[in-house]
Amino acid sequence: MELASFLQILDSTVRLATPLLFACLAGLYSERAGVFDIGLEGKMLVAAFASAAASYATGSVWIGTLAGIGAALLFAGIHGLASITFRGNQLISGVAINFLASGLTVVLGTSWFHLGGQTPALTGGMRFEDITLPFALENTVANQGALRELSLIPGIYSRVISGHSILVYVALLMVPASAWLLYRTRFGLRLRAVGENPAAVDTAGVSVVGLRYAAVAITGVLCGLAGAYMSMSLSAGFLREMTAGRGYIALAALIFAKWRPWYALMACTLFGLLDAVAIRFQSIDVGVFVIPVQFTQALPYILTVIILAGFVGKAIPPRAGGEPYVKER
Amino acid sequence: MGQMPRWADVVLVPLICLLIAFLFCGVLIWSIGQSPVQALQIMVSGSLGSTYGWGYTLYYATNFMFTGLAVSIAFQASLFNIGGEGQATLGGLGVALALLYVPWPHWSLALAGAIVGAMLFGGAWAFIPAWLQAKRGSHIVITTMMFNFIAYALMNYLLVNVLRPVGKMDPASARFDKLTYLPKLGDILGLVGIPFSNKNPANISLLIALACALGVWALLWHTRLGYALRAFGKQEKAAVYAGINPVRITLYALMLSGGLSGMMAINSVQGEAHRLLLNSVEGAGFIGIAVALMGRNHPFGIVIASILFGFLYQGGSQLALGTTIPREVIVVLQALVILFTGALPYMVQKPLERLFVRRAV
Repeated sequence: MELASFLQILDSTVRLATPLLFACLAGLYSERAGVFDIGLEGKMLVAAFASAAASYATGSVWIGTLAGIGAALLFAGIHGLASITFRGNQLISGVAINFLASGLTVVLGTSWFHLGGQTPALTGGMRFEDITLPFALENTVANQGALRELSLIPGIYSRVISGHSILVYVALLMVPASAWLLYRTRFGLRLRAVGENPAAVDTAGVSVVGLRYAAVAITGVLCGLAGAYMSMSLSAGFLREMTAGRGYIALAALIFAKWRPWYALMACTLFGLLDAVAIRFQSIDVGVFVIPVQFTQALPYILTVIILAGFVGKAIPPRAGGEPYVKER
Repeated sequence: MGQMPRWADVVLVPLICLLIAFLFCGVLIWSIGQSPVQALQIMVSGSLGSTYGWGYTLYYATNFMFTGLAVSIAFQASLFNIGGEGQATLGGLGVALALLYVPWPHWSLALAGAIVGAMLFGGAWAFIPAWLQAKRGSHIVITTMMFNFIAYALMNYLLVNVLRPVGKMDPASARFDKLTYLPKLGDILGLVGIPFSNKNPANISLLIALACALGVWALLWHTRLGYALRAFGKQEKAAVYAGINPVRITLYALMLSGGLSGMMAINSVQGEAHRLLLNSVEGAGFIGIAVALMGRNHPFGIVIASILFGFLYQGGSQLALGTTIPREVIVVLQALVILFTGALPYMVQKPLERLFVRRAV
């Protein structure tokens, strides 16, 4: 494979891995605190819609981002209410949230914009601009020739590392930030403890409910960023069902990463790469046989099933995950 | 804590949940500048106002009965099978293979063959997650969810590369032989002198779904396996102590569930499309969750809830034709039903319980 297309695949890997990384870290906080969340998909979708709609209405990408975060927080609040306060079934609540987002975005989108569920195309300041890092070649029409001529290392710097929207770098920064927060702070210790043994946390005089709501709120904010990135950076506007199962892939990545931040970065990069490869090539001929594109698309799920079954390593979820906490009476 | 009368728990709670969901959707329709009352009128007249509408309502209801029963049988064993979508997809494959490659002389034999194919393939697709849960301890919800996506990719591959007839563009199998077409509900009702429209896809599968509901009821409450299944669901440790094999129960419950999900294909693939399409399930696997929750996990409740959801689906499509309200309003309603009956039951149940206890004192 020539260098240019290799770099192009790496570039789209970074772009496609970013929403996965946001959503995966989002799920990490919630599940580490003992609240299962299969509603990542729905929160991403509603955030993508709210950001695109608000950004189109106000012309500001930042107001759009805030709207996305707000919408995802609202949905996270519903999930928190159902699974923490009312002690309902967390999995069913997640399913409901996914449907709610899928229906609501189309109903509101169709009646607001009359475009069959999508928002008008976002232009100019309604989208995130690509940032060119120092010493990197800017990705402009005039520079295309020069960009193609770059050798490996400058090529990687200019085409893969530089030239993304701010949210890509925020997502990458979230990885060390999350690792630090979870493993080096008091809040992180308590958050992890509440997912393993909430009774012990309660005995220590710390509010289980408060911690879990805090975790679910962080999940909401990160899902909001994932959605904002989807509709205002990866695409130029909202399309119906635009998250297309990415919330589930993020969930798979979370299991693949065994609920750890740095592993999450690796899992999301791997799944982003698979996505980029599936988009770039229809089928891959490896000489002896042909790998169909559908196999590449299904690979994240297959890998997750294998790792969950403990055939390669073992993914053990937080022990109190999925169980509402009832104070002893 | 006092007990509510049983009828209140079984009838009143789901009804109140449904009412709240309807109210929310009414507000939603009103907020986008449409009339909720008019919307309801269109839905009722479009789905229940003619035998044509009833046919569609019952056709959808048949799908939901299969998937709802599937979810509920797993629920009874305390297993959440979220993979109905994938199992029904594979069931469709089983039906298609049975009908494409065997020259059936009569529709009744074809139906029997299709049922075997649907149950085998649907059950097999549930077997792997069940085995992984029972033997390897992987989480059933995550695995069945992953298997939905794997099923979709597999179906995509098979339809594009294997089953698609030469020279055709769309990813679908060849048409089945006309001999395998199932009798329409209109024809069956015509035999007993009831006039019923024939221009809708409702077919004999409805009767099979009803028989399945009866079968599930008998299985759960009148057989040894059903008892073991429910005991395992209520209190796993006690069941194991009583000599119930947890691995076997998990496998049985999930395979029955997968088989029932797969059975949906005799209605949608053999009964309606007459060929295998890429998305033959159309979300019915997920609606099964709402139906099972709404029907309180009881086969008879599920039959009623299925008809309700059939009405909502047919009504929703009429809504899209008659007004500018998108049919996705129904998806919102479905989400709210799942939310209130499944995730927030205490929100409705607790105040209601208090009300009943106060009256009793």
